[in-house]
Amino acid sequence: MGKIERNPNGTLSRRGFLQSSVGLTFALTLPTALFARPAAALAEGATPGAVGAWVTVSPDGAIVLAIPVAEMGQGSSTGLAMVFAEEMDADWSRVSITYPPVKPEIFGNPIFGNMMVTYGSGSIRGYWDKVRLQAAAVRNVLMQAAADRWQVPIAELHTEPSLVVHAASNRSMSYGEIAGFAQVPATMPTIDKSALKKMADYRILGKNTPRLDIPGKIDGSALYAIDVQVPNMVYATVLRTPVEGGTPEHVDDAAARNVPGVLKVVPLKNSVGVVAETIEAAFKGRSALNVSWSSLPTDSFNSADGLKDFLARAAKLDDKGVSYVAKGNVDDAFAKAAKVMTSQYSSEYVYHAQMEPMNVTASVSPAGDSAEIWIGTQGVSVNAFAAAAMLKTTPDKIKLNQFYLGGGYGRRSPADMLPEVLPLAKAMQRPVKLIWTREQDVKSAQMRPMTGHQVEAALDADGKVTGWRHRVVGESVVAYRGTEKALENNKGIDGIVLEGSKHEYGIPNQSIAYLRENRGIAVAAWRGIGAGYNKFVIESFIDEIAAAQNKDPVAFRLELLKDEPRAQAVIKAVADKSGWGKAVADGHALGFSYAKVVETYVAAVGEISLDTKTGIVRAHRFWLALDPGIVLNPDSVLAQTEGNVIFGLSQTLKEQVSISGGEVQQNNFYDYPVLRMSEMPEIDIQLMPTDNPAKGIGEASLLLVAPCVGNAVFKLTGKRFRALPLSPERVKAVTGV
Amino acid sequence: MAITFTVNNKPASVDAGPETPLLWVVREHLKLTGTKYGCGAGMCGACTVHLDGKAVRSCQIPVAMVAGKNVTTIEGLSANSDHPLQKAWLDLQVPQCGYCQSGQIMQAAALLAANKNPSREDIVRHMDGNICRCGTYPRILRAVERAAKQGA
Repeated sequence: MGKIERNPNGTLSRRGFLQSSVGLTFALTLPTALFARPAAALAEGATPGAVGAWVTVSPDGAIVLAIPVAEMGQGSSTGLAMVFAEEMDADWSRVSITYPPVKPEIFGNPIFGNMMVTYGSGSIRGYWDKVRLQAAAVRNVLMQAAADRWQVPIAELHTEPSLVVHAASNRSMSYGEIAGFAQVPATMPTIDKSALKKMADYRILGKNTPRLDIPGKIDGSALYAIDVQVPNMVYATVLRTPVEGGTPEHVDDAAARNVPGVLKVVPLKNSVGVVAETIEAAFKGRSALNVSWSSLPTDSFNSADGLKDFLARAAKLDDKGVSYVAKGNVDDAFAKAAKVMTSQYSSEYVYHAQMEPMNVTASVSPAGDSAEIWIGTQGVSVNAFAAAAMLKTTPDKIKLNQFYLGGGYGRRSPADMLPEVLPLAKAMQRPVKLIWTREQDVKSAQMRPMTGHQVEAALDADGKVTGWRHRVVGESVVAYRGTEKALENNKGIDGIVLEGSKHEYGIPNQSIAYLRENRGIAVAAWRGIGAGYNKFVIESFIDEIAAAQNKDPVAFRLELLKDEPRAQAVIKAVADKSGWGKAVADGHALGFSYAKVVETYVAAVGEISLDTKTGIVRAHRFWLALDPGIVLNPDSVLAQTEGNVIFGLSQTLKEQVSISGGEVQQNNFYDYPVLRMSEMPEIDIQLMPTDNPAKGIGEASLLLVAPCVGNAVFKLTGKRFRALPLSPERVKAVTGV
Repeated sequence: MAITFTVNNKPASVDAGPETPLLWVVREHLKLTGTKYGCGAGMCGACTVHLDGKAVRSCQIPVAMVAGKNVTTIEGLSANSDHPLQKAWLDLQVPQCGYCQSGQIMQAAALLAANKNPSREDIVRHMDGNICRCGTYPRILRAVERAAKQGA
């Protein structure tokens, strides 16, 4: 088993990394075009090695890989290390990982504009080619060094784990031995993709491999940002505006400043910071603050009324919105339809509820032009560059230490903690550890947007679906989290909100439109992004169409997906495994759903029952079949899928943030409940790997749960649920006991 | 005034207000950061420690209440991370983000100390106050069962 660096970055600075590495340190050969952007970051070192290194091989055979993936439990830091070790043909038991320095030009994810970010189930699929090519080049250098030493052609050599072998002369040399004498060439060799290992030759990938981050997570030694202890540090917390965008107008801090241990109260842009010698004093000081906030249009927003507006707008077909998909002639299909079906669906705001409340620690130089930051973030380079911009300095003046993330799910992508911690650290001239209370974390939730949907199907006389219209109404995540300009540049199409609205059903005429709302609410990426509600809408409505024609929902989907062999395979497998079509226990029912999400094919069956008196839906069991392409670490995929089912069930049955007067109404886990152990279903997962590139598994299964449950409740009660969550109040209202 | 008690079999003395939650004393005064802040309201279990052998939510215990008592945190559960629960946690690869897991393990350890052979229902009832947002419940349940079988 590989060894873990207990602190994924904190102790290994770039300098430390190079000084400690006796042996070979491999740097990537940089295409010159990539130098252009963060030029300042490169100024400190002229040699490639100084710019950042993917791998160091020590003479004792230890191999340290720099893995630029935020580890939040999804396992992709181990997964990417496995990919690297496989292609390098490293002995996995000698591999450990570290977090690289912030050098996006080297360590950036190609599918996310070469930023060092971890989201969108994108680490493995994004780095797949880049890391394999880099690792193959390293292997090639090691082989060439052995070839030179033995005076034999490199073509006569092959590798075993961490060993270069010359079979003809029965000689071998370990990677460690080679590291003792070899030189890294000024230019790394270029490897052609066709020379990369094939699935059949894998030694590491495809086998259950213990995750490198787990040993530290069973004895309390794994370090999260909230755990950091910096000499001379003080503590801070904030009271934030109750309405997004509000600014403090009048701050009565007399009582707060009287709390023993409170050092300073600092009004900030959208909050008031309380700095103290202890965290308990900071929290107490926050409770003693009395602040009035600026008025905003959002002050009058109520989510219950807002949702009615969204749904009314979804029904107004002359309000076209922005076209996302326009295929065939939809108007014509509906004009000629023998039958038209129309339904409205909705979803509420939901909160990430990551277990580690938002926090960050920072120290700012006296001149205010450099900083050190201790953080667990999905957006490493985003935070480093934002800090540089805020301090009006260059990125090389920001040292960012990355830690484990106590839950991410999209919440830890932005750089939203820096506008609070940097001014506080500057004001104090001491390192400041800023921790939000859980209540603040809920009140300042950045939510998956509330959405209203109208979805319509045109059917011909034979019941064939000839037209599909889907209208999505909701606020823009791209505009809120990014900029208005970013949304404009994409012609008003919000890819986060619309994620998952496309499907593979072979319907010739389709239109999908986005009708943007702007109510001033903080909306963000939430695990699965738009697919969380869009797949609920699609998979529920497909079920409605099947039911209206007395067709079996599985057979109906197979008919619509006849040109999709990978979809067919997972659907048939899960139907078979779950005993679809056979009798179930009295008072129970099965529901079905299918989706392709982040290029992973998943199908699911859920078994539920319902207490009509309380309205509580109980999920007993889920069966899933997944084809994500190549499966790198099967047990890790199972773990992610189990977690997705539970997370997905939580949002299906329980989760809702309500907004009144522009303010989040919930406070803590007592009024924002999430699923607990007593509510978990049995989960039965069938992995169906295929020899296709590895795709995302961090979110895919989550999205199937809601439609599965809704479809099963329909089967049980004959009532169709079109609003998330299926909370007891809603269920009771419809089942009417 | 200093409050003295025992943490992980070592004497501890802290200068903190008597109402300071034990959580912050353990984490920030004593630097034992394996115990986590989750909700501060006794709703999530991330801060679970043992007080004289019983699982408690350290965010709900004023430090004055532990004077003269024994506190055990995740760091003191075993000498070499080899408590049967920790071994089962590793074998079954339980943690994902891991943030709640110290609390989960401490909560489970109190159960096994009191009941060597818990039923599945006993385990679920005992663990129901500990939230895992990543959804590792199925593995937690299996790991507690495995540890019980192997004689925790």
